[in-house]
Amino acid sequence: MESTILAEMPITKTNKKLNVIQNSIEHIDSPVLKIDDLSVSYGGDKYSIRNVSAGIARNKITAIMGPSGCGKSTLLRAVNRMHELYPNTHNKGAVYLGDENIYKLNPIQLRRKIGMVFQRPNPFPTMSIYDNVIAGFNLNGIKLKRPEKDEIVERSLREVGLWDEVKDALHNRGTFLSGGQQQRLCIARALAYTPEIILLDEPTSALDPIATAKIEDLLVKLKKDFTIVLVTHNMSQAARISDYSMFMYLGELVEYGKTKQMFTMPKDNRTEEYLTGKIG
Amino acid sequence: MNISTEISDRNIKRRLLKDKIFTYGMISFAFLSSIPLFLILYELILKGYKQININFLFEVAPDTMDAMIAVSNHEIIPGGIANGIVGTLIIVGLASIIAIPLGIICGTYLSENAEDRFAGIVRFIVDMLQGVPSIVLGVIGYIWIVKPVTGGFSALAGSIALSIMMLPSIVRSTEETLKMIPISLKEAALSLGVPYHRVMLKVVIPTGISGILTGVMLGISRIAGETAPLMLTALGSTAIQTNITQPTSAIPLLVWEFYNDPNLVSMIWSASLLLLILILCLNLGAKAIAKKWKVQY
Ligand SMILES: Nc1ncnc2c1ncn2[C@@H]1O[C@H](COP(=O)(O)OP(=O)(O)OP(=O)(O)O)[C@@H](O)[C@H]1O
Ligand SMILES: [Mg+2]
Repeated sequence: MESTILAEMPITKTNKKLNVIQNSIEHIDSPVLKIDDLSVSYGGDKYSIRNVSAGIARNKITAIMGPSGCGKSTLLRAVNRMHELYPNTHNKGAVYLGDENIYKLNPIQLRRKIGMVFQRPNPFPTMSIYDNVIAGFNLNGIKLKRPEKDEIVERSLREVGLWDEVKDALHNRGTFLSGGQQQRLCIARALAYTPEIILLDEPTSALDPIATAKIEDLLVKLKKDFTIVLVTHNMSQAARISDYSMFMYLGELVEYGKTKQMFTMPKDNRTEEYLTGKIG
Repeated sequence: MNISTEISDRNIKRRLLKDKIFTYGMISFAFLSSIPLFLILYELILKGYKQININFLFEVAPDTMDAMIAVSNHEIIPGGIANGIVGTLIIVGLASIIAIPLGIICGTYLSENAEDRFAGIVRFIVDMLQGVPSIVLGVIGYIWIVKPVTGGFSALAGSIALSIMMLPSIVRSTEETLKMIPISLKEAALSLGVPYHRVMLKVVIPTGISGILTGVMLGISRIAGETAPLMLTALGSTAIQTNITQPTSAIPLLVWEFYNDPNLVSMIWSASLLLLILILCLNLGAKAIAKKWKVQY
């Protein structure tokens, strides 16, 4: 099934390249983040994402969808340069945060502005809940006074709706929480720095439906103060909470636009095939 | 149909019996292999308890004349093994100070760069080091330190020899422990903008601390009873020696000296007993740490 699709791919791809690609990528006015013709390779000249250009809308939720291996995580990680964890990566193009090319910034400064939450909850196992929240400060050697710390911890935990659940156990290990609570703790840890953008890579795929619903509500609430970019495998999740959606296929950004529009009237055949379950 | 069920019934009975025999076999062999330890303890306590008192811990080893007089009067031998205790603490302590940071750094390097060619070479060398006979390390200590550095036998030379000896267990336990730590933890820290060296020192190593310390404790207990390398390096001393450039005693060296002096033979048992207790405590400590500091991730 998949092989026939792949065999047909080049034909469709060239067609689209000629005609449709221009208008299947929505233009965003005054974006908070501007991805400009970005290609990323993990080594050699095989690029895992190719020529991606898109603006990310401020205070909105943008979902990145697409079949496994299409480059969603790669794109997300390229935005806060976490892909550089792998030694042989290189990229072409640029990503602008405000006026600055993030590849010219210091990754440490960059990551203070662009926080990240991962697929599996990963609180620091040696630290208490309290220390997990302010880990971004402690681990970077930023000294804060006790009241400041208390303030940040309470604010961040309230923001993720965890404060009432853990306020009497702040000094217990974070790993004793349930999976959903741990994931909210990780979001609180990313928020504590008050970044501009939060990147989430399938943040609910390891959680049960109830915990998932809580995180989804939380993200919708958080977009008031933050810009959120979310990778998800789950189309209905994207439909439920995102304002804009990207559809990626084989390393290319095929379609990008308002979520409602994309789910009701996709512009590209491949998007439609993905949304109707024909590919992916 | 009928026949086959009958056969399988018999089969099952036979298998259950085999299982039982196997299980009891395992238990009895496990019991057998723990007997020597109890026999040794029994022997040492029986023969050594008489000598053990406060003086035994706080006085230096007696000279052979005093011991002869005491033995002929059917008294217990005066004196103790304080010179050996202090020497062992200094030599083992110094060896640990050298080997622990080195071993942890080396093990961290190996787990972080598992695929590197150089890491492969280092890993191979560390494995070889584990098999180097301890007397050879003594010779090394003699050639490197005794002759050119301290100009004579010294605790320092003994410590260097023993630190080489404990290195492999620290390196390998660090490497194995850190390899098990999920990469997601490192990512979490890096995504907060934490520089790599702090990620390692403040997140990864503390998460693996129980495994690392277990290796350290086992390394210490391995070298605490070593005699051969010390004979060529620390040599021994009748007085308490705290200068690390001077010949220094150690508990296993004393055991060897007692063995060679007919008047002091009865001190062997108590010194050995103390050494054994020390090493058992280190092992138990290693177990306790492994359990208590275990981090769940
Ligand atoms: N560390 C790596 N080294 C080499 N290639 C990689 C690495 N990580 C990802 N890739 C390749 O890059 C491509 C995109 O991977 P990526 O992880 O971005 O996909 P994804 O869309 O997030 O998939 P999934 O939905 O399964 O998470 C894949 O072909 C993958 O094989
Ligand atoms: Mg992914």
